[in-house]
Amino acid sequence: MNVRLYIWQRATAALMAPLVLGHIVLIFYATRQGLTAADILSRTRGSIVWAAYYGLFVAAVSIHAGIGVRNILVEWSPLTDRRAGQLAVAFGIVLAALGLRAVAAAVLS
Amino acid sequence: MSEQLAELSVSLWRGGEDGRYRAYRVPRRESQTVLDVVTFVQRHLDPTLSYRFACRVGVCGSCAMTVNGKPRWTCRTHVAKVARRGRLQIGPLENLPVIKDLTTDLEIFFAKWQRAKGAFAPSQTRHDPIALVRPDSPLRIAADAAIECINCGVCYAGCDTVRWNSEYLGPAALTRAWTLVNDERDAGNTVRLQAVAAAGGCHACHSHQSCQELCPQALNPTAAIAGLKRRTAAAYLSGEIMP
Repeated sequence: MNVRLYIWQRATAALMAPLVLGHIVLIFYATRQGLTAADILSRTRGSIVWAAYYGLFVAAVSIHAGIGVRNILVEWSPLTDRRAGQLAVAFGIVLAALGLRAVAAAVLS
Repeated sequence: MSEQLAELSVSLWRGGEDGRYRAYRVPRRESQTVLDVVTFVQRHLDPTLSYRFACRVGVCGSCAMTVNGKPRWTCRTHVAKVARRGRLQIGPLENLPVIKDLTTDLEIFFAKWQRAKGAFAPSQTRHDPIALVRPDSPLRIAADAAIECINCGVCYAGCDTVRWNSEYLGPAALTRAWTLVNDERDAGNTVRLQAVAAAGGCHACHSHQSCQELCPQALNPTAAIAGLKRRTAAAYLSGEIMP
């Protein structure tokens, strides 16, 4: 890992820390209040705030996990740095696609 | 001494990379060091045993070996501290190529000091007045990080990151770089920060802290590497260096 990847990984970690806490609070709130899927969708559909919250979350996770997977591949597999980087980018794109698809399903009406 | 065994069961690595451990019986002595044990084998049991030492008093850093699974400076390691039920297993340092028996090839270890720009880059000439550095200034205190380092290779041999990533510069070279980064007389910092911020540099460290646990000089390379991570991040963000 070089300094550029290090800064991206630390910055996305710093961004995710409050987002994870908010996400956990939200899960507790939704389950304790007994919200149904329809209740949740009625609040998230068309909401720019929820789209931004989870869109940012998905972006941070994709970058953070991609860099982490790259490090694991570099240290634990015989792949070259370049090949590990390519696989890590592909992994990040898959994560971003899956995450953004879920966000779209929750906020687009 | 009365409660100690009269003899030690010593297992020494013999041969190169594809060698094996061979057993020896060595008399137990008072205040015996691991280096004394190895020397006894070579002087009395097998003169073909190869190992390295020079000062015998913890200054030169040449006698490090793997003792019962951990890298140690053998001249200052007492048998009483490390022997388990009278047994000692002594091998060459890990993470380095074995030349023969207990000697390893340290070329890569010192090549990485060069790669980390571990040489002092003077900012003045001999014709300038002698630099006055206050001993209590924060930079001077930070520069202490590697001053007592004896280049023994114990931290390098005990580092998991070196084991997993052959490009990693290692704790000793990075700690030396951190000392020079804080040396206010040095003029080579941009090049040095660039070198330690590249792949295999300080950001590869996982902060397992084996280096500071094993360092015979009680130095803390993990803290020095953390300092380099902060300093290189600031240098990158300000545009001083490019990865």
